Amino acid sequence: MQRYSLPHLIRRGLRGQRGWTRAWRKAAPKPSYDVVIVGGGGHGLATAYYLAKLHGVRNVAVLERGWLGGGNVGRNTAIVRSNYLWDASAHIYEFSLQLWEGLSRELNYNVMFSQRGVLNLGHSAHDMHGLARRVGANKLNGIDAELLSTEQIARLVPILDTSAAARYPILGGTLQRRGGVARHDAVAWGYARAADALGVDIVEGCEVTGIRAAAGRVAALETTRGEIRAGKVGLVVAGNASVLAAMAGLRLPIQSHPLQALVTEPLKPVLDPVVMSSAVHVYVSQTDRGELVLGAGIDAPTSYDLRGSFRVIEHTLAATVELFPIFSRVRMLRQWAGTVDVCPDASPIIGPTPMEGLFVNCGWGTGGFKATPGSGWVFAHTLAHGQPHPLNAPFGLDRFAAGALIDEHGAAAVAH
Amino acid sequence: MSQPYRLPRGGRIDRGAPLQFTFDGRTIHGYQGDTLASALLANGAALIGRSFKYHRPRGIVAAGAEDPNAFVQLGRGARAAPNRLATVTPAAHGMQVRSVNAWPSLDYDVMSLLGLAAPFIPAGFYYKTLMWPRRLWPLYERVLRRAAGLGRAPSGPDPDRYDYVHARCDVLVVGAGPAGLAAARAAARRGARVILADEQPQPGGSLLASAERVDGVPGHAWAAAAAADLAASPRVTVLPDTTVFGLYQSNLALMVERRREQPGDAAGTERGARTWRVTPRRIVLASGAHERPLLCANNDLPGVMLASATAAYLHRYAAAPGSRAVFFTTNDTAYRAALDLAEAGVPVAAIADVRADPDGRLPAEARARGIQVLAAAAVRRVLGRRRVAAVELCSLDGSPRGVVECDLLGLAGGFAPALHLHAQAGGRTDWDPALAAFVPRRSNGVHPAGGAAGALGTAAALRQGAQAGASAAAAAGFTADAAPAPPGGGPELPSAQDAPDLGFQPYWVPPNALGRVKPQFVDLHEDVTLDDLRLTLREGFEAVEHVKRYTTLGMGPDQGKLANPLATGVLAELQGLHPAAVGAPRYRPAYTPVALGALAGRSVGALSDPLRATPMQAWHQAAGARFESVGQWRRPLAYPQRGETVHDAAARECLAVRRRVGLLDSSTLGKIEVNGPDAGEFLERVYVNTWKRLPPGRCRYGLMLGEDGMILDDGVTARLDERRYLTFTSTSGAAEVLAWLERWLQTEWPELRVYLTSVSEHWACLALAGPRSRETLAAAGTDIALDRQAFPHMTFRAGRVAGVRARVFRISFSGELSYEINVPADQALHVWETLLECGRPFGIAPYGTEAMHVLRAEKGYVIVGQETDGSVTPLDVGLRRMLSRRKDFLGKRSLSRPALLRADRKQLVGLRSDDPAQVVPEGAPLVDAPSRRRPLPMRGHVTSSYHSPALGRAIALALVSGGRASLGERLYAAAPDDRWIPVRSCLPIFYDPTGARLHV
Ligand SMILES: Cc1cc2nc3c(=O)[nH]c(=O)nc-3n(C[C@H](O)[C@H](O)[C@H](O)COP(=O)(O)OP(=O)(O)OC[C@H]3O[C@@H](n4cnc5c(N)ncnc54)[C@H](O)[C@@H]3O)c2cc1C
Repeated sequence: MQRYSLPHLIRRGLRGQRGWTRAWRKAAPKPSYDVVIVGGGGHGLATAYYLAKLHGVRNVAVLERGWLGGGNVGRNTAIVRSNYLWDASAHIYEFSLQLWEGLSRELNYNVMFSQRGVLNLGHSAHDMHGLARRVGANKLNGIDAELLSTEQIARLVPILDTSAAARYPILGGTLQRRGGVARHDAVAWGYARAADALGVDIVEGCEVTGIRAAAGRVAALETTRGEIRAGKVGLVVAGNASVLAAMAGLRLPIQSHPLQALVTEPLKPVLDPVVMSSAVHVYVSQTDRGELVLGAGIDAPTSYDLRGSFRVIEHTLAATVELFPIFSRVRMLRQWAGTVDVCPDASPIIGPTPMEGLFVNCGWGTGGFKATPGSGWVFAHTLAHGQPHPLNAPFGLDRFAAGALIDEHGAAAVAH
Repeated sequence: MSQPYRLPRGGRIDRGAPLQFTFDGRTIHGYQGDTLASALLANGAALIGRSFKYHRPRGIVAAGAEDPNAFVQLGRGARAAPNRLATVTPAAHGMQVRSVNAWPSLDYDVMSLLGLAAPFIPAGFYYKTLMWPRRLWPLYERVLRRAAGLGRAPSGPDPDRYDYVHARCDVLVVGAGPAGLAAARAAARRGARVILADEQPQPGGSLLASAERVDGVPGHAWAAAAAADLAASPRVTVLPDTTVFGLYQSNLALMVERRREQPGDAAGTERGARTWRVTPRRIVLASGAHERPLLCANNDLPGVMLASATAAYLHRYAAAPGSRAVFFTTNDTAYRAALDLAEAGVPVAAIADVRADPDGRLPAEARARGIQVLAAAAVRRVLGRRRVAAVELCSLDGSPRGVVECDLLGLAGGFAPALHLHAQAGGRTDWDPALAAFVPRRSNGVHPAGGAAGALGTAAALRQGAQAGASAAAAAGFTADAAPAPPGGGPELPSAQDAPDLGFQPYWVPPNALGRVKPQFVDLHEDVTLDDLRLTLREGFEAVEHVKRYTTLGMGPDQGKLANPLATGVLAELQGLHPAAVGAPRYRPAYTPVALGALAGRSVGALSDPLRATPMQAWHQAAGARFESVGQWRRPLAYPQRGETVHDAAARECLAVRRRVGLLDSSTLGKIEVNGPDAGEFLERVYVNTWKRLPPGRCRYGLMLGEDGMILDDGVTARLDERRYLTFTSTSGAAEVLAWLERWLQTEWPELRVYLTSVSEHWACLALAGPRSRETLAAAGTDIALDRQAFPHMTFRAGRVAGVRARVFRISFSGELSYEINVPADQALHVWETLLECGRPFGIAPYGTEAMHVLRAEKGYVIVGQETDGSVTPLDVGLRRMLSRRKDFLGKRSLSRPALLRADRKQLVGLRSDDPAQVVPEGAPLVDAPSRRRPLPMRGHVTSSYHSPALGRAIALALVSGGRASLGERLYAAAPDDRWIPVRSCLPIFYDPTGARLHV
């Protein structure tokens, strides 16, 4: 792998940046692999990387139907935090956050993880109750969490309307200083490049169209580029999880919905931390380019349509303008949606399936970007050992039948 | 005066209305009808901004929304408008315009030194560096952030107003150029209701920027007349200044109409906007085409402009974009522009034409006029510091053809249809080799016409427009036969000149023979160069979306309107691919940027999620209540009297209820009438307990579960009569519960004969609670027999209270004798006041939600959403006895799942702090023993916690793992200030455990 560094940039710069080579090979699929990962999103690529890096499993392919990173990894609002309520979630997201903190150097790719802090707002006694509870739990789980007063929030984000007369008065909030945002595309590219360097075949333009089993065990994948045999298969296809699982005759407890986001024109810096309000579905941050990135609420109807309904955008922007009156004259540049895979308890499914050799990693819904490194890490472990790691053991498919749900919906209703 | 580049004649400006504004403090003169850009050009200002990354000097490139450079900051303070495009902003007297992204000044921008570093900071450089040491990344980032960004956000709330309109029409015509006007006419003649929208203040589109004639009159005059005719028709709505910016699901077209300055407005005021949500049956896409720039070194210097833009400034604004011009072209259109310039007195020094033998009518005309035409030639490099000073010409084989001095270079790289809306809606496109551009395929109810369909020339646009208008109308059900009288009359197809064959020849990547001169910008806004694209491909980012994301091509506020069509050709050539195989980056709304305020529309301020008010709201206010937000309501928290804190007041109110009588406004509770022969059956399915056998006149507390067995809502339901039940829901759950019930009724059990009606706002609800409530109610006057036998606990009676028709429920959320009096909302205030008046001898006090919370906690009554959080079952809160064994209900099967039966589930308990004065903070986690270890296993958390005035001590409710089986155990609560508070668990009932007070 060509090293990326300032001296290399300068040296190559003197020769017109001509010396660089492909970030990852344009691999053609081989007839057979030990492990095939379906889905070239963040989670799939991270899985392949850790398989090769930590478990010595290098005869691995990642199959992506389109171009790498064209799914949710390239569509999300890139918020990273670990202040989840329930222990199981807190542990896996915090583990992930720790990986984020060293990720650029681990991959030798600057994913621009920017720990600008994530502020969650509370607008009612009910919200504040939930936030206090979460901070209490976070602290005992060793996760940095602070409860802020309205005055502290006004100092941190002076452009918020913190007046008592506001429609959504801000009664307080929580701050996770280690949270922040990252450059989403870079995460996909960084993992792809690092995995490729360890021998993983990254196959773009290869859609999986069928899953073949033999004697109750997964045997091969049918793809638009021919049949590929596989010892083990990991399905990591986010919004398409149900479609792929159906190819193996499985029904997952997952519903797919559009989730929308938008950016504004670039402005000189006005907003430092990420600000989220789950009560009114606003979450906003300012990128290094100066654009405001805003996420909208989920579209209620299930759909694979990549255009959400305008109603949802309108609602989010109305609430945004209420919270940030100066954003009213700032203009929306681009708006888009992704298909998110939501479990009834808003927590992911990471583990084996009833078909031997077939594993799933899905259900991250509206909030899986932050989990990318941790999810890949535990899924690689799961694939390599055929068993979940303690971090993902609570997230098995069997929890729905057992009733051991990890309900992040009800608890705080913040999932991004 | 001081408009050295203003031509003496012509233009669509009003020379009788001069105006002036400032640009970076400098006075600029112009006329009504100018844009900021045209006035700046007329004043000879070429440099108007600095580029995003390298801070290179930039000028005006286009005459419309596609300009990648001309972003300026308007106004100040709360009226500041960042990143407005000078090419589409009408000039107004007194405006303050500033350049963006330059410091200390536009002429001398320190950051332009970055240009020296350009070789080392190519596309995506930041992915490769700034990783060490990790500690410094925040610093690097701060520098990056300062350097990036463009304009500045306003400093205060937006003074403008926005509203919205819903509209339907048969045919929406996007664009009022020749094609759009013809289409609107054709559709309207067939009887279709038409909306014609154009982003410009005047109709005419391309006609405004040329000297062409239509029907024998100047094009702009024809357009104005045609638009006026249309506007006169009752079936047609003509909307100038209106941009159709998005096509959403179900053909929902979103348009933003800018509202112009009103007389008396401060100068430069933007008046907000109106968002139109139009659902047309059909859409005619007549949005025109954008000219493509061409690559050569320094093709970004001020003075380099699209050939079509030179013509636009000339004809429309009578502004000469330079004093000596050179054109660089791949087709005949540049000749028209060159001839027009020459005609207007601006010398044209040369036309470099990449074609071997430009021999059309226009090239011949140009030669005849003495303009030097160089065939098989290209501009190799533009020379100059802050604006064009000369161009270096050479043959395509590399041989030099001289350096020509000029201050204007017109680029004519051919035209690409503006098919953004079509593509946003998922419409397919085809590659048109003659045009070397993507053209829209007709689909999704979108009918392209004119430039947007790849047709060039006014005659073709008129023809296609008329056809598209007719076919769109026909598709919407209006055929020619049924056509009523045409608006305006006249022949369907006006006469105009056909454009000569363009003779277009693609020219994407300059031939190698020209040498690798740099920089050659593909995307001016994002400073993406040809070398960046080469590097990007070299690194394997080949998919067009990868190129876009890696280089940020097309991601500026101009959305790559010029860059993307050029990039497709360049990328194809660099990779040896067919352009169709490369494709175009995905188009996303908005076509041009739209203010968030405009998208939010009316839903701001008082209309943002409007607050709901009970009939007693004003009374509460007048009584000095402090309020809390609960869902869409503001409920009185307590009624502090002189000198009292909220806490004191709530304590007083609690005691009033426990000892005497209190009155609570609980009108916010959700109320749903469940009506029909199967109402009982329906309730049995959605509630855990039984209903069919509940006799009319009786009430029962019900619990509703989700399919997962978790508590969803609770509340009392009364059987009003044989076929009618009234269900109370929690305040914040009201809408959700109704939706939940409807969902089951409509999608799963349509056979049930049940109708649901929300009566939440119809009935106000007054909770009269306390040992003296019976006397108070009697004193207020009622025909209902109130004695214990006649009206026992958990029953309901209809009658009159204080002279008003009422439904009285003897139910209690406080543990005291209590009557929940429901009266029609419009008479509620009278009843409320009467009760307070009549209760005075008994010591009545109004009480708020804080006291209500304390009272119910003393009794251990749960609040859904406080004791429960979507993960709590009836078993967990000790309500197993409510679960019916005899029938099925939603969530029943889930309850038998092993994890829900485990002994270590979190269960509801009471807590007593060791120190009776110590109120444990709500939300605090509970552990077995204090420790510094992290993670520290938690047993549960405090759900509710108060000081109980009746008991004179702190009480709390909590969910504790295995809590029911180990009552009396010692636990520690972690306070936010990291103190540990020792507590002991107990049964979650603190007051009147036998319930004796309820049955008095
Ligand atoms: C608008 C939006 C905002 C969001 N904001 C946040 C946020 O702020 N923070 C956060 O943590 N999370 C956020 N998320 C969620 C997050 O993006 C996802 O949970 C996460 O990216 C999903 O994992 P992934 O990256 O592997 O998915 P993806 O990138 O979607 O990868 C799945 C891949 O599988 C491929 N695929 C599908 N079917 C096939 C097939 N048959 N054969 C081959 N390949 C196939 C797809 O093309 C795709 O590339 C957001 C999501 C959206 C849509």
